[in-house]
Amino acid sequence: MKTRRTLKGHGNKVLCMDWCKDKRRIVSSSQDGKVIVWDSFTTNKEHAVTMPCTWVMACAYAPSGCAIACGGLDNKCSVYPLTFDKNENMAAKKKSVAMHTNYLSACSFTNSDMQILTASGDGTCALWDVESGQLLQSFHGHGADVLCLDLAPSETGNTFVSGGCDKKAMVWDMRSGQCVQAFETHESDINSVRYYPSGDAFASGSDDATCRLYDLRADREVAIYSKESIIFGASSVDFSLSGRLLFAGYNDYTINVWDVLKGSRVSILFGHENRVSTLRVSPDGTAFCSGSWDHTLRVWA
Amino acid sequence: MSATNNIAQARKLVEQLRIEAGIERIKVSKASSELMSYCEQHARSDPLLVGVPASENPFKDKKPCIIL
Repeated sequence: MKTRRTLKGHGNKVLCMDWCKDKRRIVSSSQDGKVIVWDSFTTNKEHAVTMPCTWVMACAYAPSGCAIACGGLDNKCSVYPLTFDKNENMAAKKKSVAMHTNYLSACSFTNSDMQILTASGDGTCALWDVESGQLLQSFHGHGADVLCLDLAPSETGNTFVSGGCDKKAMVWDMRSGQCVQAFETHESDINSVRYYPSGDAFASGSDDATCRLYDLRADREVAIYSKESIIFGASSVDFSLSGRLLFAGYNDYTINVWDVLKGSRVSILFGHENRVSTLRVSPDGTAFCSGSWDHTLRVWA
Repeated sequence: MSATNNIAQARKLVEQLRIEAGIERIKVSKASSELMSYCEQHARSDPLLVGVPASENPFKDKKPCIIL
């Protein structure tokens, strides 16, 4: 496995990225307020927009591929429809959807372009209707900033998991707003949570330098991925298509690949020249993309 | 005032913990074996696990064409 593409163009730390369902386009956001849509095959930039705030910590691609959502220090989540019309200014069509009382740390569209789930430094998560901007449901329970969230794979229903600075990972019912399960075994902030492909488990990456696997039906932690030599926090995790491999990006500039079932490290990938801040496997599992504070994104296969 | 607030908060916490304690759990041995079988079932279709030939992976460089 090695770097197959390097996406250069951001002028500052890359904070977040997401794949389009077409398995080829990528949206990424950075500290300087820029949000860029790339074609990962050709490395061309297809769209770019400058947000009115810095530290755009969250960005997401709509399932249809026709819009992107992003937000950060502006405490809002805004949706930009993507247009190929050269005369249209992307920023003009911007729609402010979510409003929090602190920074936006994560956002994700649900199964459709119509609803967005957000997580914020104000300790709450919220579900919004994109068209009207109305708050549909809010999720209270974290004792500190919520840093990440992930929606359950569509087959398993209406739940999502969130992780926060209170060291807890919480699983929520989207319809009732109720927390159905909580896990508190990490020793520091949880930076990233990701569902296992079957939806029966999820992994988390934390500042305590470990990644952990929690099984939802057994309601407990079932594996820890750590090594004494790894002392820097894991910022972002994602599973390969079958769930056998867990890719985790760390603050020591590396990406560790873990065997989910054996608990051992399969490989370590070098290449980034600063912290890896975000990592996602492509929708068809052929590659994964990592974004870093070194201003670049790398596609690995 | 803060005393009643604390009690109310504690009540909410206990309520939440009761809900969480009441959910149906399965044994870890069963849960783990199901995770393992999921991995095995899908292993063959996982490109990052088994690898796909360069011709099928859009990110891998293809061999240059040879003009005969």
